[in-house]
Amino acid sequence: MPQTADDVVLRVRGLTKKYPGVTALDGVDFDLAAGEVHVLFGENGAGKSTLISMLSGAQHSDGGIIEVKGEEVALTSVAAARDLGISAVFQEFSLAPAMTVADNLSMGSEPGSLGLVDRAAVRRIAQARLDQFGFDISPSRLVETLSRAEQQMVEIAKAFRPELNVLILDEPTASLTDHEASRLFSLVEQTKAQGIGVIYITHRMAEIARLADRVTVLRDGKLVATVPGSTEHDELIALMTGRAVEDLYPTLPEPGTEVSLRVHGTTTYDSSVRDATFEVRAGEIVGFAGLMGSGKSSAARACFGLERLASGSITLDGQELAGRNSSRFMKAGIVYLPSDRKKEGLFLNRPMRESVTLPWLRRSTMSDGPILRLGRERAAATSIMTRMKLSPPDPERPAASYSGGNQQKGLLGRALLGDCKVYIFDEPSVGVDVGARVTIYEQIVDLARRGNAVLIVSSELPEILHLCHRAYVFSQGAITAELSKNELTEEAVLRHMMQWDDVDRDQAPKGTNTVEQPHATAISSEETA
Amino acid sequence: MTTIQDAPPTDSTPDGNRSALSHAARIFVRIGVLPLLMLVAIVVFTVMSDNFLTLDNLHSALRQNSYIIIATMAQFIVLLTGGFDLSVGAMTALVSVTTAMSMSSVAESNSPTSAVVVGILTGIAVGLGAGLTNALGVALLKINPFIMTLATASIFAGLALKLTSGVPVYGMPVQFSDSFGFGDIFGIGVSVWIAALVAVALWAFLRYARAGRHIYAVGSSPHAARLSGVSENKVLILAYVAAGGLVAVGSILLTARIETGEANIGSALPLQTIAAAVIGGVSLRGGSGRVLDAVLGAVFIGIIVNGMNLAHITSYYQMMVTGAVLAIAVVADRLRGRLANAVYAGRI
Repeated sequence: MPQTADDVVLRVRGLTKKYPGVTALDGVDFDLAAGEVHVLFGENGAGKSTLISMLSGAQHSDGGIIEVKGEEVALTSVAAARDLGISAVFQEFSLAPAMTVADNLSMGSEPGSLGLVDRAAVRRIAQARLDQFGFDISPSRLVETLSRAEQQMVEIAKAFRPELNVLILDEPTASLTDHEASRLFSLVEQTKAQGIGVIYITHRMAEIARLADRVTVLRDGKLVATVPGSTEHDELIALMTGRAVEDLYPTLPEPGTEVSLRVHGTTTYDSSVRDATFEVRAGEIVGFAGLMGSGKSSAARACFGLERLASGSITLDGQELAGRNSSRFMKAGIVYLPSDRKKEGLFLNRPMRESVTLPWLRRSTMSDGPILRLGRERAAATSIMTRMKLSPPDPERPAASYSGGNQQKGLLGRALLGDCKVYIFDEPSVGVDVGARVTIYEQIVDLARRGNAVLIVSSELPEILHLCHRAYVFSQGAITAELSKNELTEEAVLRHMMQWDDVDRDQAPKGTNTVEQPHATAISSEETA
Repeated sequence: MTTIQDAPPTDSTPDGNRSALSHAARIFVRIGVLPLLMLVAIVVFTVMSDNFLTLDNLHSALRQNSYIIIATMAQFIVLLTGGFDLSVGAMTALVSVTTAMSMSSVAESNSPTSAVVVGILTGIAVGLGAGLTNALGVALLKINPFIMTLATASIFAGLALKLTSGVPVYGMPVQFSDSFGFGDIFGIGVSVWIAALVAVALWAFLRYARAGRHIYAVGSSPHAARLSGVSENKVLILAYVAAGGLVAVGSILLTARIETGEANIGSALPLQTIAAAVIGGVSLRGGSGRVLDAVLGAVFIGIIVNGMNLAHITSYYQMMVTGAVLAIAVVADRLRGRLANAVYAGRI
């Protein structure tokens, strides 16, 4: 591997970034050699995104230095970074949907003179750029008419400029098909050969094995280690989580036998779930596994009255629940925690107390008739926040000022405060640090121990394997397998997750074609031991 | 060094270690920009005019502006839900006209008292109805509040003009203006009392009523509110109808003051009320702000207009100053947000 000082295109020393309530990046060192693929590896919230957003000039650091080719630089804006030859392709695209591919490719550096754009040159340059990568897209198409994979290709083509030193790719295969992904890999290799350094973020072990020269592992905003790309998977996982799998997950209690939640033959109106039948027993933790868009999340949302049903029934303790009125489901004893805590979970600009207590304000513990009892409300919020180990457990602080892990704990606290019978958690540990994860898992297992039915929708395979008594695997809107505890292996879950060949493809609803390929996976650390 | 008793709590930083600047930042985060602006305005106008800082003058400024204060509270409720109400001005005109028409027609053959009661009830009913129209568009038809209330503003204004042909409506009993326009109780104007009453009631509602909490929740995050079992539609309907009712109260007070029903009043109100709320520190993104903020914002605008009048500054300059203050308030509010983050991150 090239390691001499001349070869280092990018060097970072002691880079630090603070957000309210959390240090997202804490004195991280990192370097990138010319012609190297350097993978950034870590859990959600480990600081990978923060690091690349500062390297690409999208955010400013609170400390530390960045050197490009041996010279200290100030990356004050995306344009400044680009002028130094650093381009990034983020998961969220930076394309103007209502403009053509050609216009997007030359945006910010339009050819022409006297402030006029040379339209012919725009098209010519775009065509040449697309040809260079063998992308079969017409430059005159509007970006909004492209598929997600095609947009990704345009985004990558846009990131390439003649003077490129560093190319940053943030989970570039997340929305690509197998075929498109392999084309991306050869593109990355081509880039390497041109002496460009590539920073590559991925959760996928296979991609690390295939592409990485070196891997830098981050955890909770700190640098853990930089290791060769040939490092064993298990070792990478251990570095990423900082502990063995057994230490992360509490022991599961014996599940009960009585069925609490039963869903029979349920098909949603938009066909995102088709003919799903499943049940959750009291004291049992059941997992929903599947790729993004496989219907696992929609099936869970249906159990909270959030999906319009075309057919099927949902019963709780033998009593049928219908309609699209979540408050009715809540009254019956079901609580649902959304996966997107910022959009659907918290009231960010309000005190955390209000996020925690809002669903339960109708109860006599919180109010007399329509009048709120603020003292009792505050006491309840404080006690649940203390129990969830929120730091600080101050109910009057705005929810936005808490870190992701603390926000998620607050949200879980809301669910616990409800004292319900059925708990549905959609991605309960998304974007939280390991410490918060342990607290969250403990509380979830405790719920089951006390005889509640728990349903977990998760894209994290280890959660399905270690936190659940039983799991249903979803693929293309249908349940493809029900796996009991002793059948729950990584291999089995993955096989059923991707077995779209076994499903009658004619039945597949329109618009799910992006889900058909394994590369649409949202699974992180899918090869976890 | 002085200590601030109720500054936001922080970790173990001893008070002695904080610089004067960090104290200032904390005070600013806590109270916002308005008290500072208010202080500056009072000092400047006191210097410029001997008559400014007198009880009589401040009382009359409050009395003149009581309808704006009430309309600002109406706007504030809608802003809390994350919406706008651009129809508050046209609603004011429509309520004024209908109140005057029903009052004067009842007064022809009945006692003045019954005429006043019927007129006021008519006005409030019209305000609630107008608010309901907005509510149905925004909540049920999911029309963007900006567009919906822009549309109804045109409709209400047109209706008011059609009813009167643009001619002021006379014939209201003199008792109406004597009591609600110019009357005093304990030396304080009736309209000031009513504005204060509305403010206290609204404060109590938002703080102690479950429905009040739901308004904040929907404004802060409609999705999260829905998943918490809150009906967004009910909340929106409540907010817009309540706003209509409050606008009607303000309009009736204004009508009593000008002694006629006018179709041409209130055109500046949408901007004035939004500006007042924003200057007071109410967020345009919804879910954040207090009644007191909105009221003080409206009072502040009233005071600077009054002060400039006394200082013989022409209305052209007044418009410019009001605009500048609005812009300053928005910038200061953003600064306040950043400082608040810094305080919570423990950097200050």
